[in-house]
Amino acid sequence: MKKGVMRPGHIQLRVLDMEEALKHYRDLIGLIEVERDDQGRAYLKGWTEVDKFSVVLREADEPGMDFVSYKVLDNETLDKLHKDLIEYGCNVEEIPAGELNGCGRRIRFDSPTGHMFEIFAEKEQTGKWGLSKVNPEAWPRGLKGMKATRFDHCLLYGTNIAGTLDLFQNVLGFDLAEQVLDADGTRLAGFLTVSMKAHDVAFIEHPEPGKFHHASFFLNTWEDVLRAADLISMEDVSLDIGPTRHGLTHGKTIYFFDPSGNRSEVFCEGDYHYPDHEPVTWMAEDLGKAIFYHDRVLNERFLTVLT
Amino acid sequence: MINQNQEFACSQENSLLVGMERFNSDCIDVGCRGGGCGVCKIKVIEGEFTSKRMSKAHISEQDLEEGIVLACRIFPASDMKIEAELIELPRVAND
Repeated sequence: MKKGVMRPGHIQLRVLDMEEALKHYRDLIGLIEVERDDQGRAYLKGWTEVDKFSVVLREADEPGMDFVSYKVLDNETLDKLHKDLIEYGCNVEEIPAGELNGCGRRIRFDSPTGHMFEIFAEKEQTGKWGLSKVNPEAWPRGLKGMKATRFDHCLLYGTNIAGTLDLFQNVLGFDLAEQVLDADGTRLAGFLTVSMKAHDVAFIEHPEPGKFHHASFFLNTWEDVLRAADLISMEDVSLDIGPTRHGLTHGKTIYFFDPSGNRSEVFCEGDYHYPDHEPVTWMAEDLGKAIFYHDRVLNERFLTVLT
Repeated sequence: MINQNQEFACSQENSLLVGMERFNSDCIDVGCRGGGCGVCKIKVIEGEFTSKRMSKAHISEQDLEEGIVLACRIFPASDMKIEAELIELPRVAND
């Protein structure tokens, strides 16, 4: 049941070198660089996103994800969920408005998989980049690289995904859209949504907690995915796998790495979900096909290379 | 690569890992190629090199002193002798 969480808001990633990271996220993926703050963090967004930013990069000794944050309907919803998260037993911290430029107060909480999440209600809305609010043109001129339209979702690896799925479904109102089950019925992967998308966040069971698999950015067409693949070759970027299609979600995709080793995805199309849909199920014995629909064989790197 | 009895040529512009890949060798496991995942850990026994930043989660100050590095972040400046760190990756059951 919906609890007032609307959509992914922002993700903060750690990078080893800010200038190299900006070449990846801004010049290659094509996100818009919005600004830097006094901590040196860089703020970016996809051109179709109405809020001020959706990706924050922070230079650090160790790459990976600091947190991912979801936007809720309003401040009443934020207060209600704040209380619910404390009652559920999460360690909860309130981050004051303005800690991220242009973002209202955030409620940060931990999870059984070892990841940090946030919810927030308010962020400065600067509108779609390069378009007027009235009579907008089809797209703005001056986009770079892959011309990614939005930050779409992330995939996280950790211990006890059953626990984090319970938190997201029962406290935050996410639906289970797709899953991988083993022969005993144990869930090895869960793809969760608060929208019609096949995933707003996804989890895969893994022996080490708090690991980051990838941040994903949406493209409109398969032709755009192939063009992204061309750019990855032209720029000699570290490729993981693709272009290919997933069985899970049926998205068309390519995976590659940022210069600090964080995995990126750009993808298009895929399944949709309504709240009355049963979860789409793949069996673990067909995991190769579930993940790489064409090869039908798992590349071990996809399961083990994480930041 | 002493403990695998392999040799490959690598230009100074390429990291040791990318040099190995271009040589069609597979004596070092390939991960993210960006110093983040720790998969391509090796020990430098002999030789000069320059390096870029590596994740502290995988390479500590003490590792660096002992010549333990990530092959994707070091660039050879002379002939080198290295040893692969044989990391046990979790295997995927695909029978």
